[in-house]
Amino acid sequence: MDLVLNPLAAVGRGVLGACRTVGNAALFALEAVSHLARPPFYGRLFLKAFFEIAYFSLPVVALTAVFTGMVLVLQSYTGFARFNATGAVANLVVLSITRELGPVLAGLMVAGRISASFAAEIGTMRVTDQIDALTTLSTNPMKYLVAPRLLAGALAMPLLVLVADILGVMGGWLIATLKLGFVSATYLKATFDFLQFDDVFSGLVKASVFGFVVALMGTWCGYNSKGGAQGVGGATTTAVVTSSILILALDYVLTEMFFAQ
Amino acid sequence: MSGFDPAFDPGDATATSVHAALVGAPKIRMRGVRKAFGGKQVLDGVDLDVAPQSSMVILGGSGSGKSVTIKCILGLITPDEGVIEIDGVDVLKLPRRDREALGDRIGMLFQNGALFDSLPVWENVCFKLLAQKRIGRAQARDRAAEVLAQVGLAASVGDLSPSELSGGMQKRVALARAIAAKPDIIFFDEPTTGLDPIMGAVIDGLIVDCVKKLGATAVSITHDMASARRIGGQAAMIFKGRIVWEGPAATLGHSGNAMVDQFANGEREGPIQMELRR
Repeated sequence: MDLVLNPLAAVGRGVLGACRTVGNAALFALEAVSHLARPPFYGRLFLKAFFEIAYFSLPVVALTAVFTGMVLVLQSYTGFARFNATGAVANLVVLSITRELGPVLAGLMVAGRISASFAAEIGTMRVTDQIDALTTLSTNPMKYLVAPRLLAGALAMPLLVLVADILGVMGGWLIATLKLGFVSATYLKATFDFLQFDDVFSGLVKASVFGFVVALMGTWCGYNSKGGAQGVGGATTTAVVTSSILILALDYVLTEMFFAQ
Repeated sequence: MSGFDPAFDPGDATATSVHAALVGAPKIRMRGVRKAFGGKQVLDGVDLDVAPQSSMVILGGSGSGKSVTIKCILGLITPDEGVIEIDGVDVLKLPRRDREALGDRIGMLFQNGALFDSLPVWENVCFKLLAQKRIGRAQARDRAAEVLAQVGLAASVGDLSPSELSGGMQKRVALARAIAAKPDIIFFDEPTTGLDPIMGAVIDGLIVDCVKKLGATAVSITHDMASARRIGGQAAMIFKGRIVWEGPAATLGHSGNAMVDQFANGEREGPIQMELRR
């Protein structure tokens, strides 16, 4: 009987633990968001985090978008050529980039950079008593460390994704015209004629959610880190892995929501 | 603490109340404070009175509950049971906003300094004043220079990053941060740990001077006996989560209490046996 019940008990413990973790993260996020509506506001810290995400992530997001656009054109051309539909390449590229690849790949890139950076910084502050010091200096750590970063994540990511969309389409156009012999004006006309506001908008909404999640996981893992260097290292890894998985899972949920409309 | 009674037994709650009444209302009063982490009972009924404008040193070995005691007073840890009063107000029952307001009157020097490495020294020193918008950034620089001078540092140190400072300088900056907002209660967590004996004596001297100048109540935790004698007017010893002795810091080492004397003199043999993990 134990042979049957022990694995079930382990599964039960795992599920309960997961529920507890999700609940804690949700409460953490709610508390941080509630601080955005109550003074004092730390504008300087928000701008710092915004600059960190939007400006310093730009090179890696830009490169990812350009190369993705280039590869997408080559792959779709190969496939579409099999049934004489190469004229739809421009349409496929712009749709894929704006609706899907722009936000998801930018999200994953930013997850690697920002989640890790937030988790390491706040985790180090936790294990060196700097977070306790904030409390003793009459400063709420959630308001000071977490809230500005969450807001910056949610607002900076759409900007990054907008740039990624433009560069991704441009990468595709570059290869289509220079390598595959598309006429530049025709390719661009096909791109813009086919593109709708909802395509871009849904991508930007996704980007905002992903930015929030990336900042949330980074701050949450850092805030709850324990022990010394090993604890901070573990928090950093967990932040990157969790935010990456959440981006992919939420991408499905959000796509389903937009698809239903 | 004037009027101290050597026969006082801090473990006796009635005696503690009478003692407090004799010397006036305590600035900080703890009664029956208990805190457990997992299965480990770290504080097991701490009773402690700290008189206004006095300097209390809490002694105890590693893991005896010293840090948890002051973290409970500071509100960084919520005890499972007990009463903690500051100026007669039960801080554990205060609403969050009032509790935060109470924090404005408290300063803290952390063991490792806990300076914010993302900020220059001057912003560290005036962090509380800036956070509460009590002064502007331009004024804060001047105030930082003033407080840095009080702890024997040049104004130019204000522009450095904490990582550019030596351990002793970091401790001085942390002390400057603790006193910058002119608190009326200051906590010192192992103020001399990691410093050489001379720098330790310098920091102790600065602590005594600053506390005297501010007219503040000071609570320090340490296991450095020389430091305890220099800083403390009163001393209390915590063992297994309870205050087992309280008396003048000057008597440490010859207090007549076997536990305190063993600890103060660093003797292997005595009532305190190091617990080995089984």
